Amino acid sequence: MNAPLTTPLAPAPGCGAIDLHREDGQRAVFCGLTGIVWLHRKIRDAFFLVVGSRTCAHLIQSAAGVMIFAEPRFATAIIDERDLAGLADCNDELDRVAARLIERRPDIKLLFLVGSCPSEVIKLDLSRAAQRLTAKLGSVKVLNYSGSGIETTFTEGEDACLAALVPDLPREAPEAAPSLLVVGALADVVEDQFLRIFSAMGIADVRFLPARNAAAMPAVGRNTRYLLAQPFLTGTARALDERGAKRLAAPFPLGAEGTTGWLAAAAEAFAVPQATFEAATAAGRARAETALGPYREKLGGKRVFFFPDSQLEVPLSRFLAREVGAELVEVGTPYLHRAHLAAEIDLLPEGTRVTEGQSLDDQLDRCRAARPDLTVCGLGLANPLEAEGLATKWSIELLFTPVQGYDQAGDLAELFARPLGRRALLEV
Amino acid sequence: MQLTLWTYEGPPHIGAMRVATAMKGLHYVLHAPQGDTYADLLFTMIERRDHRPPVTYTTFRAQDLGRDTAELFKTACAQAHARFQPQAMIVGASCTAELIQDDPGGLAKALDLPIPVIPLELPAYQKKENWGASETFYRLVRALAAPVEKRPAGSRPLCNILGPTALGFRHRDDLIEIKRILSELGIDVNVVAPMGASPADLARLGAADFNVVMYPETARAAAEHLKRALKQPHTKEIPIGVGGTRAFVAEVAALAGVDPAPVLEGEGSRLPWYSRSVDSTYLTGKRVFVFGDATHALGLARVATKELGFKLVGLGTYTREFAREVRAEAEAHGIEATISDDYLDVEAAIRAAAPELVLGTQMERHVAKRLGLPCAVISAPVHVQDFPARHSPQMGFEGANVLFDTLVHPLMMGLEEHLLGMFREDPEFHDGVGPSHLGASPVVRPEAVERVPASSPPTPAPVSDSSGAIVLNWAPDAEKELRKIPFFVRGKARSNTEKFARERRLPLITLETLYDAKAHFGR
Repeated sequence: MNAPLTTPLAPAPGCGAIDLHREDGQRAVFCGLTGIVWLHRKIRDAFFLVVGSRTCAHLIQSAAGVMIFAEPRFATAIIDERDLAGLADCNDELDRVAARLIERRPDIKLLFLVGSCPSEVIKLDLSRAAQRLTAKLGSVKVLNYSGSGIETTFTEGEDACLAALVPDLPREAPEAAPSLLVVGALADVVEDQFLRIFSAMGIADVRFLPARNAAAMPAVGRNTRYLLAQPFLTGTARALDERGAKRLAAPFPLGAEGTTGWLAAAAEAFAVPQATFEAATAAGRARAETALGPYREKLGGKRVFFFPDSQLEVPLSRFLAREVGAELVEVGTPYLHRAHLAAEIDLLPEGTRVTEGQSLDDQLDRCRAARPDLTVCGLGLANPLEAEGLATKWSIELLFTPVQGYDQAGDLAELFARPLGRRALLEV
Repeated sequence: MQLTLWTYEGPPHIGAMRVATAMKGLHYVLHAPQGDTYADLLFTMIERRDHRPPVTYTTFRAQDLGRDTAELFKTACAQAHARFQPQAMIVGASCTAELIQDDPGGLAKALDLPIPVIPLELPAYQKKENWGASETFYRLVRALAAPVEKRPAGSRPLCNILGPTALGFRHRDDLIEIKRILSELGIDVNVVAPMGASPADLARLGAADFNVVMYPETARAAAEHLKRALKQPHTKEIPIGVGGTRAFVAEVAALAGVDPAPVLEGEGSRLPWYSRSVDSTYLTGKRVFVFGDATHALGLARVATKELGFKLVGLGTYTREFAREVRAEAEAHGIEATISDDYLDVEAAIRAAAPELVLGTQMERHVAKRLGLPCAVISAPVHVQDFPARHSPQMGFEGANVLFDTLVHPLMMGLEEHLLGMFREDPEFHDGVGPSHLGASPVVRPEAVERVPASSPPTPAPVSDSSGAIVLNWAPDAEKELRKIPFFVRGKARSNTEKFARERRLPLITLETLYDAKAHFGR
């Protein structure tokens, strides 16, 4: 059972009818500022300046453990009472801070002004500030997006950041040959693996958004076909559509099945012959199958409960259910984008309880009542649940670890299996 | 607007959470946007707490701003009361909710809950974490502590212990030491707060004869209130180090009317003998830079100088509320205090002071690593490493033992230092190899590089004075002589010599200049 399918886009019989619930209460999620932690590492000449409060600064350093960096490529311009009382002009202050920053860091080519809850509430216009600063700072491109908690949940910060990049992407000539754009921050090693597979499939012109530095951002146009590598990129997809690019509907490249389906969407769009596709993916599929084998025993039949976090929950659940045979007790997700997740939802076992949104204490009640074998949750909940005897997996690691593609399928399963294995090891 | 790459303190509502999380039977309803819930992980991950902080967040979003965030707050408040059944609640706003001015205090009052509800006004754009903790504790004590009937004459002395919070630097272990001292003096403990106290416990604070203030940052405001309202005196001595602990014992004994002798003449700490033992001679005059919250910075400055014989070359704090005390202490050592919450300023001050040991926070540990200096962490902000599994107090006699080890271990052992000097030309023992306990990667020191053949022309000094026109040059023989000086003092010798030459506008540093400067700056 659960062998990876080679024709994954056909839904398995009886799948596709999920049991969807919506909740609107207290949420235990990060805000979009958290995305800076991985985005600044991806775009190596970009600096992220949060315009916010001491809370914003404290959040990022707590989430990132930034003390390890001598000079991190992110900082907070902390709004103080002088700014709020109108004693200081916020725009002048922001210009002063940005100028000081760029003076200190002449290596920075792209500066993001990142809006926060306080900057949104006082209606500080960061898009005008970005235009003004682009003109002032010369060699530095200044863009803005909002990572505020009132507008973005965790990974939506990446969506907002990438969407902000889209209008400035170079224009592809209308007569250009079709190109493939992979959208969503991936680890460099994963990008390189995908490049090799696409190349073997005969798709030579493959680009990534975001690129690894500001000068290398991909051109887009009407002949751009794009694949979302992450399920949380609603705004970025909309912005790309406006530039004339076309989204290739696909599951997400988590697990062997998801990866095959994702690659197959590109193969279909670029008219890759079936045999070529099989040849390009056979080795990867075989390696994933080998890597996943041992995890079917470790995770098969294990009951898993997801608290909402990154919007990766649906693809991850699909992977756990179909590739290692886990049972899904509840799949919490902050938002369910039905269009982008259509292929994923079709593959979930029938009747899977999916909860969109959150009411934290009610969800904790359900989790405690269900006593799952593994609870996937945020860092605020993990130790308290462990203390109640529930095995947990911190969800944030699923974003910081390379998990996409065939060669990471085993690593992905290991992330879920490790807490169970560790509990089995300990005799204290 | 202040450009901040890293911050020593969180916003003031984090301070309120430290108080609420330390207590039992108290719930905090915080009007805050989605995302502010990150604060939970400070407690569950850094401190490894096995319970969620007792905090309900309203987690409002943009769509709620157009509707009724006040209603959202009232609902959250009522639901939190129904679910958690606390003895009392504190209510307030985080930075964003402060801007939308919903008045959590007024809204909660309108609910007419059958428990005390204490509103907190914590101005997020002016104040910071420690102030927030202090203010929250003060508001709780003011609201809940009531006059209590006097105990019969002749009862054993009774005190409260005030100050320890959740996420405090070694508060858990310090508390054990304070209780030990009080028990040995024959003094009973009425209430410890905030750590472990319930609102009902706060109501009976008045039964005690006096208060022990462990951490003025969190407890001084509450203790001052109790002094005014309930006529309870409180301690001012901080029991850090042998001297601090002895002064604390004497002060407590006087407040309780008991004899301090049993404790003062008891076993005490090993620190005095360890410090007097000949092995410790090499510690004499070690240049130390101290930075932290005010309590720990002041305590460690005294331990370092009076109990280990170090020389204080820098002292500072990020706690502006206690700047006066820190400035006074620095002045007594003939130096200027660094009062700053910008770690880049602190880094610059450390560089300028050229210490041989840094005692600071986790950030100074990173700064010291970059500068190739040994360092020990002596203060919050806390890190998971600051919650060791073993008992590791900073206070009391055992705390003094811990401090001896903490301050001495990062330094090279005396004998090892001599050996390094003796064998410094040996291939596996050359200057480029840093002390093994400072990590595997060698510390890159400009002096460590073999670069000056005897016949080469003078090398320019690495830095020329930006104000003066003088370009400093080292004569080859002076440069060569400099390299004979043990590397751990060579940096200081170079900078002293250059300072000496610059002041005298000497264009070339000769062998004579080197030794003139040595005589000039000689200890």
